[in-house]
Amino acid sequence: MDTMRERFARVTAELLDSDPRLAVVLADISADMFRHARKRHPARVVNLGIREQLLISVAGGMALTGLRPIAHTFASFLVERPFEQIKLDLNHQAGSGGAVLVSSGASFDYSGAGRTHQSPGDVVLLGTLPGWSVHVPGHPDEAEHLLRSAAAAEGLVYLRLSALVNAAPLAQGDGFTVLRRGTRASVIAVGPLADAVIAATAGLDVTVLYAPTIRPFDRQALRATLTAPVVVLAEPYLAGTSVPEVAAALADVPHRVLGLGVAREELRRYGTPQQHQAAHGLDAASLRQRIAAFAGVQGGWQRAGAGQDAGLRPRQR
Amino acid sequence: MSEASTLPRYSYADLPSLMTLMTGDEKHDLASESTLDVIWVLYDRVLVPSDRFYLSKGHGPMAYYAVLTAKGYIEADELPRFGQFDSLLGLHPDRNLVPGAEISSGSLGHGLPLAVGTTLGLRALGLTGDRVFVLTGDGELDEGSGHEAIAFAGRAGLEGLTCVVVDNASASHGWPGGIETRFAAEGWSTARADGRDHAALEAALTAPHPGRPHAVVAAIDPA
Repeated sequence: MDTMRERFARVTAELLDSDPRLAVVLADISADMFRHARKRHPARVVNLGIREQLLISVAGGMALTGLRPIAHTFASFLVERPFEQIKLDLNHQAGSGGAVLVSSGASFDYSGAGRTHQSPGDVVLLGTLPGWSVHVPGHPDEAEHLLRSAAAAEGLVYLRLSALVNAAPLAQGDGFTVLRRGTRASVIAVGPLADAVIAATAGLDVTVLYAPTIRPFDRQALRATLTAPVVVLAEPYLAGTSVPEVAAALADVPHRVLGLGVAREELRRYGTPQQHQAAHGLDAASLRQRIAAFAGVQGGWQRAGAGQDAGLRPRQR
Repeated sequence: MSEASTLPRYSYADLPSLMTLMTGDEKHDLASESTLDVIWVLYDRVLVPSDRFYLSKGHGPMAYYAVLTAKGYIEADELPRFGQFDSLLGLHPDRNLVPGAEISSGSLGHGLPLAVGTTLGLRALGLTGDRVFVLTGDGELDEGSGHEAIAFAGRAGLEGLTCVVVDNASASHGWPGGIETRFAAEGWSTARADGRDHAALEAALTAPHPGRPHAVVAAIDPA
């Protein structure tokens, strides 16, 4: 199976052939993957060098001509570094058809690279701006489907690619998909965390919803499937990012909500993405423990020594 | 440029009285005057309907609003409401509100990078005759984002792009050798003109620059 990033490059090259409105803007990252596309479409595949402020502004300036730009680099350099360019040159200019931002790297794909290459805050940052659709696919097939829709649409779209994937695609649409039905709680599994959540909730009396798209938040699906006012979010980026969305969806219902995700504190560890997932309590054993405790259901196979309990606490300086 | 409406037009001599219709932050007065002549020359002698004009230096937009009024984009009746809650005319321009304004500006360092993107976009669309003019200042070029744009535009040979730098020596740490040397080093064509001399500005703004972007420094005596 190819990676989401490889799929992105291949499908985008194909879309460039068929849609004269599309353009790709790069800042060195992944430039090799677009070498052939750039030969075919030298005016519509532009590599700016290591210039991320320019990356977003050029996308904004292209959008003002009627093109639909796709800008791409690692999440930390696509969203966090040039955030004001996103706010002003994509959002505030308005009147254009918008743009597509495609990131790779996610929260800790480059676990060995340290904090500089980790971007758990990208989704909550974009949440401070109006109008963004945010897709967090859990499989290359989902990424391809979401990319094709984003390229053909108008408006502002963020596609967050990750090296962590589920074993199989779980959805084709934008809204939440029901993976499991239960009665004691609703667990919303976002993108690549789905397989861990499915394993974690085996035998638990809970509903599991799968969300490859987290903005707009599918409030209707949450309400329609709710059997108890107890909601757990499992997000592969900053913990609690979508808690306000749940609160808004259930504003008229007394409810409890638990936001699981990547901790705000810096871990200062290297190793593998899987180790980081466990350190943040997002492996199946830790998720099961935390979901069962919050929902008040019997968890069963609790494995001592998993996740936070394994001693993977943030390293102090 | 969008086509102007059938609103009444005004002459260069009317600009001061149009500006006095606006009441604004005093801090913006000097910046506002520094851009008056070059914006007038652009709209009166240089720009054609297929061109784009991006005012990056959004501080002191009164001169810009006065020129847009003189050229039939803004109604003169709107000017006294400058800066009021429901005015179209803010202390920085918003392209979604100001008739004729092609970008929103205020935060420094955005217009030139946006103009690079628009020039690339027009080139990709095959509209190579469409030109993009962007107005910035020597102080605004303190922002690093401008230098990302200058380096790339030079190397990409963006002939459709002209950057006007109003130089009133307002950069705190200055630009030894002249701000145009930063453009020239990156492969731009450059020219310097007296920012009050209309004929000199017109000549500098219309000088041919085949295969290269063009920078025009409009020099203004510091107040």
